[in-house]
Amino acid sequence: MPGYVLRRLVQMLLTLIGVSVITFLITHALPADPARQIAGRTASAAQVEQVRHQFGLDLPLPQQYLRYATGLIEGDLGRSYVQRTDVSFLIASRLPATLLLMLGAIFCELLIGLTAGSVAAFRRNTAADQGVMIGALFFVSTPQFLVAYTLLYVFSNWLGWFPLSGYGTFSHLVLPSVALGLLGGGWYARMMRSSTIEVLRQDFVRTARAKGLSRTRIVLVHVLPNGLLPIIAMIGLDIGYFMSGIVVVESVFGWPGIGQLTWQAIQTIDIPIIMGVTLVAACAIVLGNLLADLVAPLIDPRIKLK
Amino acid sequence: MAAAKTPATPLLRVEGLSVDFASPRGAVRVVEDLSFHLNAGETLCIAGESGSGKSVTALSLMGLLPKPGGRIVAGTALFDGADLFMLPERRMAQIRGHQMAMIFQEPMTSLNPILTVGRQLIEGPMRHLGLSRAVAAQRAVEMMDAVRIAEPKRRLKQYPHELSGGMRQRVMIAMAMSCHPKILIADEPTTALDVTVQAQILKLMQDLQRETGTAIILITHDMGVVAEAADRAVIMRRGRAVETGPVSRIFARQEHDYTKALLAAVPKFANGERAPEPLPDEVPLLDVRDLIVRFDVRGGGLIPRVTQRVHAVEKISFDLKPGETLALVGESGCGKSTTGKALLRLVPSHGAVELRGTALGRSTRDVKAWRRHMQMIFQDPMASLDPRMTVGELVAEPLVIHGIASGSEIKHRVAKLFDRVGLTTEQMSRYPHEFSGGQRQRICIARALTLGPQIIVADECVSALDVSIQAQILELLKELQDELGVAYLFISHDMAVVEQVSHRVAVMYLGQIVEMGPTRSVLGDPRHPYTRKLLSAVPIADPARRHLAREAPEGEVPSPFRPVDYEPSYVTLQDVGGGHFVSAA
Repeated sequence: MPGYVLRRLVQMLLTLIGVSVITFLITHALPADPARQIAGRTASAAQVEQVRHQFGLDLPLPQQYLRYATGLIEGDLGRSYVQRTDVSFLIASRLPATLLLMLGAIFCELLIGLTAGSVAAFRRNTAADQGVMIGALFFVSTPQFLVAYTLLYVFSNWLGWFPLSGYGTFSHLVLPSVALGLLGGGWYARMMRSSTIEVLRQDFVRTARAKGLSRTRIVLVHVLPNGLLPIIAMIGLDIGYFMSGIVVVESVFGWPGIGQLTWQAIQTIDIPIIMGVTLVAACAIVLGNLLADLVAPLIDPRIKLK
Repeated sequence: MAAAKTPATPLLRVEGLSVDFASPRGAVRVVEDLSFHLNAGETLCIAGESGSGKSVTALSLMGLLPKPGGRIVAGTALFDGADLFMLPERRMAQIRGHQMAMIFQEPMTSLNPILTVGRQLIEGPMRHLGLSRAVAAQRAVEMMDAVRIAEPKRRLKQYPHELSGGMRQRVMIAMAMSCHPKILIADEPTTALDVTVQAQILKLMQDLQRETGTAIILITHDMGVVAEAADRAVIMRRGRAVETGPVSRIFARQEHDYTKALLAAVPKFANGERAPEPLPDEVPLLDVRDLIVRFDVRGGGLIPRVTQRVHAVEKISFDLKPGETLALVGESGCGKSTTGKALLRLVPSHGAVELRGTALGRSTRDVKAWRRHMQMIFQDPMASLDPRMTVGELVAEPLVIHGIASGSEIKHRVAKLFDRVGLTTEQMSRYPHEFSGGQRQRICIARALTLGPQIIVADECVSALDVSIQAQILELLKELQDELGVAYLFISHDMAVVEQVSHRVAVMYLGQIVEMGPTRSVLGDPRHPYTRKLLSAVPIADPARRHLAREAPEGEVPSPFRPVDYEPSYVTLQDVGGGHFVSAA
């Protein structure tokens, strides 16, 4: 087990190196001049050249990457061109908000998705099943801003139950979490439905019925825990997905998370921030998957980590 | 089993049972007007081929028909003063697992993989007998003892995948018997098990029946099992009972033509007497020397190291003459299938393989050329045919791959092959799912013949087929051998089939050949203890020669997993006369 974790962490390091190289190359292929960006729009050509030299932007690309990578090892993600602040500080200040929203969103997704999905599976080919599946398809295919604005309009503006935007209290967290929960819950519902139907077909469910067990026991002890197995991997993926920035929902609810930071950085081609959040997202994706892989054997004893 | 004299009222009386299944073309009658009874303490076999409705009958009795889909349309089942078919689901759930219990074919999939054996064992008694968890746990230990599982306390904490196949079926039986049911329904309980384990399970069921007086309904396709285990039998065909009566009478004198044909098709094991004569000495076609196949099992850590090795095949040597059938027999894990795959270079191996004196190389080109001379047929014909290709394309594919024929020549050749294996040329444009199991195996045989091979490895090629179909396929293989002189390496676990088709037989145990020789000699006069054990476990389709209840062999099928530093000890074969070799160890 410690060996397994160690191996996965080494793999993560390799992934991060790969991600950093690719992001570095892509951002430098952009038709924008970072030196001009730093120097400002009014700076003279000579000033821009001076900045270019000062920041090492005139060095060959491999050398620039090496400088960047050396900084990374020391924990230095570089300085934002636009905000003139350390990228690591900017990300760290946004991280708690994003983590909080991630937890809220995953909680809502699971609550909505697993309930709807298992109800659909047990009531297969009935009106309830059809209703759940149509609902799931609706939310999966609706643009994020539509769901977000609708919730905002109904529950903040009209009913006034929750604050309009911002961050700080529990009631601030509710609407963005529910919005993301509805959007992602559709995926979970579909997944849970098909995995539960698959479990219901298994021989051991027939055995449980042959033992004369009550329906409740069959469902809670034999069917649902087995149906959850594929869901765990999906939660792992979701952790990475949310950590890489929930751009639209954060914007609508004025949530100060990484998504907003990313969005601003992309608009201003602030390469150090783009690089930074990409690396953080890559880390989160790998760690999320690792977490899922570590949890899976707790439920399914057949899975051996090696 | 003591055959009870028919008492005044039977334990269970089924009258006029009819079951429909929904299908895209409307309801299909799968059981029609079936009547039988079960006396207390007896074993009744419901026997028949696939599609006969025997399993559906069992599920109907338990109220476990798949919903939606299956529907009982007529009939009564009187048990304990009530009609089971009329009881509401709540009442039925009280009877299931309590008065009537059921075990199934696949003990692995029939147990919940994520719960310990113990948790699954206590559920029934807690629900039906109202036992507390602690008392039920005590009961579980007793039940594990009753089904002869050693170290019950440790086993109860294990998960199903940590047990062997035979032990899983014992756990299923323990679960079924834990509330002392009056009726145990066993649906093909030994079909997925090795022959020695099958014998143990049958014996266990008979022992428990003697101790508890439970009546057993045994569903099986295997007439050998019927003869070994049943007091009375119902022979079913296409949903109807064609014949019912005491087993001794049915085997001695069949009243219905179908029963007659069915029993005639069953290969009867006769200790080698029915085996074909060995072929005269000749230069071997295939010569295998010191074949070794090992698989690494890797562990964890930063750089995964080999932690265990599967010694699948350990230095086996044999030869095969033109037109000869050599059977490789043994239980699961003995390496017989791996040997077949290694000869076709489907798994990496060491050792020398020669075809008429020419050694088989390891380059891609050598292996491709080699496969023109040697082909393989597998157990599951559906799984070995690509569902998206027509069967004509499938049979033609080898010609295309090897660039042997093109255009109308291909069509012509494929048509001839179809004709030869007993299919029509019109069927060439159809897809595999449109055929029956037996026809699919014919297609696989045609495909194996396409390149005109000298050797065909047949890996359990009739095991998944009904006996009547099995007999036809075996007949086809025999005809092809007589006509084309093709040699077969016939991999099988079924001794009766092996006796019928093979000139020589090699018995494998833990990756090595422990006995090899003419079939008559090896099956008639087995010298190695393992061969004897294997043969003693074969069910014999003759109630007069019932023997499993007395002499079921003990012990588990051994595992070929070994530590990395394991040095195998090799057996040396000694000639005991007439080309019959036995391991000296």
